[in-house]
Amino acid sequence: MGDSLARVFSRSGYHVFTSQDYESRVRGGHNTYQIRLSDKPITVSRAAVDIIVAFDRESVVFHEKELSEIGILVYDPAMLGEKFERQNFLSVPFVDLATSGGGDKVMANVVAIGAVLGMLGMGIEILFDVLLNTLKKRDEDTIKRNKVAALAGYNYAGHNCVQCSFSVVQLSGQKMLISTNDAIASGAIVSGCRFYSAYPMTPSTGIMLYMAGKAKEYGIIVEQAEDEIAAINMALGASFAGVRAMTGTSGGGFALMVEGLSLAAMTETPIVIALAQRPGPATGLPTKTEQGDLLFALHAGHGEFPRVIFAPGDPEQGFLLANKAFEISQKYQIPVFIMTDQYLADTQWTVGHFEVDSLFCNEHRISGDEVCGGDYKRHAFTDNGVSPFCIPGLTSGLVVTDSDEHDEEGHIIEDAATRASMVDKRLFKKLPFIEKEIAPPLFYGHKQPEIVVIGWGSTYGLIREAVDIASKKKNIAMLHFSEIYPFPSVDVLDYLSILKGAKTTICVEQNATGQFARLMKAETGFECTALINRYDGRPFLLEEFLGELYAHIG
Amino acid sequence: MPTLDDYAGQVTAWCPGCGNFAILKAFKEALVELGIEPHQLAIVSGIGQAGKFPHYTRCNTFNGLHGRSLPVATGIKLANHELLVMAIGGDGDGYGEGGNHLVHAMRRNIGVKVFVHDNQIYGLTKGQASPTSMEGMITKNQPFGVLSEPFNPMAAAVALDCSFVARGYAGDQEHLKGLIISAINHKGFSLVDILQPCVSFNKINTYEWYRQRVYRLGPDHNPEDRVGAFARALEWGEKIPIGIIYRNNRRSFEEGVPVIQDKPLVRQRISFGDLKEKMRETLKEHY
Repeated sequence: MGDSLARVFSRSGYHVFTSQDYESRVRGGHNTYQIRLSDKPITVSRAAVDIIVAFDRESVVFHEKELSEIGILVYDPAMLGEKFERQNFLSVPFVDLATSGGGDKVMANVVAIGAVLGMLGMGIEILFDVLLNTLKKRDEDTIKRNKVAALAGYNYAGHNCVQCSFSVVQLSGQKMLISTNDAIASGAIVSGCRFYSAYPMTPSTGIMLYMAGKAKEYGIIVEQAEDEIAAINMALGASFAGVRAMTGTSGGGFALMVEGLSLAAMTETPIVIALAQRPGPATGLPTKTEQGDLLFALHAGHGEFPRVIFAPGDPEQGFLLANKAFEISQKYQIPVFIMTDQYLADTQWTVGHFEVDSLFCNEHRISGDEVCGGDYKRHAFTDNGVSPFCIPGLTSGLVVTDSDEHDEEGHIIEDAATRASMVDKRLFKKLPFIEKEIAPPLFYGHKQPEIVVIGWGSTYGLIREAVDIASKKKNIAMLHFSEIYPFPSVDVLDYLSILKGAKTTICVEQNATGQFARLMKAETGFECTALINRYDGRPFLLEEFLGELYAHIG
Repeated sequence: MPTLDDYAGQVTAWCPGCGNFAILKAFKEALVELGIEPHQLAIVSGIGQAGKFPHYTRCNTFNGLHGRSLPVATGIKLANHELLVMAIGGDGDGYGEGGNHLVHAMRRNIGVKVFVHDNQIYGLTKGQASPTSMEGMITKNQPFGVLSEPFNPMAAAVALDCSFVARGYAGDQEHLKGLIISAINHKGFSLVDILQPCVSFNKINTYEWYRQRVYRLGPDHNPEDRVGAFARALEWGEKIPIGIIYRNNRRSFEEGVPVIQDKPLVRQRISFGDLKEKMRETLKEHY
């Protein structure tokens, strides 16, 4: 229901932000789906709610207090088993209206969507279009009965909501509505990813489902592996054999992949790993959010080797960084992480459009006989540490690699000189080139700020909107890091000077120990003046966060 | 046509008298007989003395992690099913560390040929019990004798309907060569367990011990009969059968993957321009 309603708004030209909260169970429990819409860009959920659609009693008990001054709770007394005599409650017989029009009880959802549009004073035609799209595989009669149900709710609420004071008009231009996980998956697909192996684990599963949904159209093999160990090893096999490959998981699954990560490094086999975080340790809170695995991703894997870590903050960054992840991993033959979390999996944002033309498109694999013929050496020493990577089977040359330390040909060695040269090649020769690829953080807000709010990954939208609001009273700015490791240099943007010039520097993280703040201190020596951490598994809502922010900045 | 010289690899680090030498020789002869060129072959191996196998011949090689050769081999086969893909390792690698992958590779029936050098002991770590060590075997690490029953790979494979199940013996090289050829010619997953005396650490299952017990399965054995095959798979002790224990003609995994029916994934190049155009269309679904 939430998706359909959100799409009505995005198609009506509004900026939309949706978020969900649910329990780790197959069906039932108390779940919420929040939709925020505005004529200006919005990037975070708010605490105050204008319309609550209550399908169970818990919705009244837990959420009535969230109603804004003009807020209205709409419900069906028959569903909740109780009639409420309250000024800001509107009773709409969702079930009755669904069945009296010849529909099924489950169409109460569609009645409710219609009712919300009636309360908002919007047109209903766009909803009909959305229904047509979501029900495109169903028969005409079903579609017709859904329309009848939607119209019944629309008319009923439109006539009976005397206390409704909303006025939501149609704007021009439709907007794209997408989650960051879906954006990452589409970014991977357009980058030529043809193999995705993973084991289902919330909140990474959405990426696999998206790939599987596009497998036929794009010619992708999506394999559900027997475990995460197999998942990463399969992806490495496919990558070795010449196909762009990716895997995805969450913390516990990634713990199993760690050995494979080290294998990717030793064999110099490119791989992209989507690491969708959720609260740990162990099983933790499976359907909640956290940014608790940054230092885990950074330090995972035995031995020393280069890696790159990206952490997009919104769908557009997800799309572009997925593309960059493939480019970097192929170019330098290294593992690249894309870190997301439950929040980015469950929230959908409106986006103008993705800059498809700005994507990387370089082919880094070779199959010509001049390089790959007779004397080909898979791990040949080169100036930049990157050896030509031929595709096995397509030429007469042999591609040999080993998880043992190896010589240029890829055969096992134990001698000291070759070992040292190989470490130099894999690590020290490549690293300066990799470091140059990393973009500086996003600097947003006042150009000479007294206050800088620092974040990484999924706190982007929250900090950005908070800075917008706080900037009315303060000289405040945001530094958001989406390319985290190697830690960005100050060559392009001297963010260290900005930080040193500010009186207050606050690092905001959805974890208990301020992992990014620690990393920044280790890499740059800079220590933030304050930390804001949340580790109850719930994302910050805008008002709550502003409260904490003002407590620091006055 | 390839010759034995094309398959000459690095100098081995195996012990003199090791059963691996006979396996390596049978393997090279089988490939030459089949006319397979080294570049048409990819061997994935794990860790252990058998894991070094691909270095001692010539082929595309991914010598990966202990127990993880099957997932890597599966990935290679799915990316390029024109390659002959083998997974080679020991009993610790295939039946211990990699046990779960073996179960699921058999289920998939992915066209990977698995050769387990089964010496019933851990050689590289110098003499601990392996999953196939016989109950009661005393080692430095099992001073009271092995308490667990040995894993029976043949019985497990038949039970899981593995599409090609065979056992060879390093002491019968000619017979082993025939098994290797049959395993390669089989279209789905092939498991060949190769009994291999370890002259350094296994003082029970010696050449002499095997000589008294091993016998070739004759024409009276029908490998298509699963129940009969299971009975043979359980045979161990006084008499140990070698040969093709079981086979069936199940659809291979590659045959079931729709996107590689025309040609291997690695040969399907889509231009970046086309991809971008396609993605513009896909993104419209999000409006």
